[in-house]
Amino acid sequence: MSDAILPVAFVAAAVRVGTPLALAAIGEAVTEKSGVINLGVEGAMLAGAFGAAAGAFHGGLLAGVMAGLIAGVAVAALFAVVAIGARANQVISGTAVTLAVTGLTGLLAQRIWGTAGAGLSLPTFAPLPVPGLETVPFLGPAFFRQSVLTYACYLMIPVATWLLFHTRFGLEIRASGESPSAATAAGVAVARTRTLATLIGGACAGLAGASLVLAQVGTFTERMSGGRGFIAIAIVALGRWHPWGVAMASLVFGAATALQYMFQASGTAVPYQVFIALPYLLALAALGIAVGRHRGPAALGQPH
Amino acid sequence: MTDLRLPRVRDFGQGVGAFALGIVLLALFLLLAGFDVGASLDALWRGAFGSWYEFTSATLVRATPLIILGLAFTLASKAGMLNIGMEGQFAAGAIGATWIGLHVGSVPPVLAMLATVIAAGLFGAAFISFPVLLRARFGVSEVISTLLLNFVGVAAVSYAVTGPLQEPTRVYPQSRTIELSARLPHLGAGSRLHAGFILAVVLVVLLLLLLNHTGYGFRIRAAGAGPRAALISGRMPVTAIGAMALLWSGALAGVGGGVEVSGVSYALYQNLSPGYGFTAIAVALLARLRPELVLVTGVMFGALEAGAAAMQRDAAVPAVAALVVEAVVILVMLLSTRRVR
Repeated sequence: MSDAILPVAFVAAAVRVGTPLALAAIGEAVTEKSGVINLGVEGAMLAGAFGAAAGAFHGGLLAGVMAGLIAGVAVAALFAVVAIGARANQVISGTAVTLAVTGLTGLLAQRIWGTAGAGLSLPTFAPLPVPGLETVPFLGPAFFRQSVLTYACYLMIPVATWLLFHTRFGLEIRASGESPSAATAAGVAVARTRTLATLIGGACAGLAGASLVLAQVGTFTERMSGGRGFIAIAIVALGRWHPWGVAMASLVFGAATALQYMFQASGTAVPYQVFIALPYLLALAALGIAVGRHRGPAALGQPH
Repeated sequence: MTDLRLPRVRDFGQGVGAFALGIVLLALFLLLAGFDVGASLDALWRGAFGSWYEFTSATLVRATPLIILGLAFTLASKAGMLNIGMEGQFAAGAIGATWIGLHVGSVPPVLAMLATVIAAGLFGAAFISFPVLLRARFGVSEVISTLLLNFVGVAAVSYAVTGPLQEPTRVYPQSRTIELSARLPHLGAGSRLHAGFILAVVLVVLLLLLLNHTGYGFRIRAAGAGPRAALISGRMPVTAIGAMALLWSGALAGVGGGVEVSGVSYALYQNLSPGYGFTAIAVALLARLRPELVLVTGVMFGALEAGAAAMQRDAAVPAVAALVVEAVVILVMLLSTRRVR
């Protein structure tokens, strides 16, 4: 690999690795805007990955994407029943939901594919160059020779922005997140709005899991989401609860992870565990920087 | 975030019901997934209670870290803080205990054990000090920061056992075994149960006394129950109380990791904890954040862990199955609250 190509390859890898993070984080941003913090996003992502693997194993790529999306929504629904329906503590509910998914997918994966999915080889999305755009210097090879799920992610940024800031539903979401009692007084069905926002987040997390399996790894392993859902929650704060900010922050985290591959390949003396820990440490630092300036939805985490 | 809204202690029967429901749902799920349910449950039971040896050497050995971590979660929660990062602090404590345990060959046993456990506590407290600082300085919620550090803790162990603490032949990703003087003695010949269990019981009593019979404990509970009221009273530095509670919680979780090294594994490995840091959340919630009940629920989940290990060994059911029961217990505890109030 010559020095001239390396930066492009690096950014392309950052985009590819950042896609699941961005998908999950944009969805979680919608959820959090409504005043709900869903730590079950990690579980929804893992369920999405499992659903995508099972779907693609039996019915091809499209079935995989659909199954991943549905699995993500189902997990978010379980969270919503407990955290919104029963108004339980959101943090603990989300943690429990993630534990449940970890256990269930671990069991099912073992049952379907044997020990730890070894030898499982799934169809994956090949990079699909966008005609015209792919020839743009630097940007083309970095951003427009990606999988179709990455393009879906690009599309979601303006769609989520429009939804949150230019529709009545978006206004209701934001009102539910800033002041649920005022929203209720104004006639907003807060519980319903929060539930819908949570389900949207679950769908996105399911897609994120699908992209992890079908555009990156090509197999399913126990606990394969590996904390990406939790990182997505930090990304939402760093991106200041705005889809564009969240997308940018995801790219930063994608780059942090891509560094790992580069340094491993180049064989530096730095222990590889430093690169494994890097995204999490970066997320911590990001929280310190981001939360200090912008505190997010006022009623975030409060049952209503 | 502060109000966990748990039901009252006198409804402990409900908690036992939640645990039973978790087992039933697990069985149902195993049935649907096509596992041999009879053989699985048989292995689960016998792995936990099959004999006195199983009970002491499997169940109580696994209950030991769960009780200590359950106390860690309880202490933080009483002050209104959620420590979701016990898995990371456990790892940090294990590193600290190993590091000291490798260098106390010439120290008398009691001192060596003490030094090992204290080092584990210090490492755990140091590990949680980042989230504590982030919270105090920038107002970052401890939830996400402690959660993220779990992964850093795992990476740190991975680094330690392939780098500075790796065994001398540099072949295996593990440390040399710690010195004999640093190992906790077994309670009875032929048993794997070690003095760490006694320590866990002592810690239960200490936390009980601290919370209910000292002014410091009162301030912790006041800060957790009503931070605004505590602040307005003018005599309670709520932020500092929360920070101290988190530090002690991290120290306890670190001790949990240290006891696992000096009582069970005698060396540092990757995957030393099968998720004790998360199981302990269920332990503490099922105990309604009462230290004396943590002793009971710790043993319950210790039995579950021991049974799950046997299930994996004898019935080829992955040990992650235990997580299903844990999740059901937590969710039922959260859901049943509304009916109680």
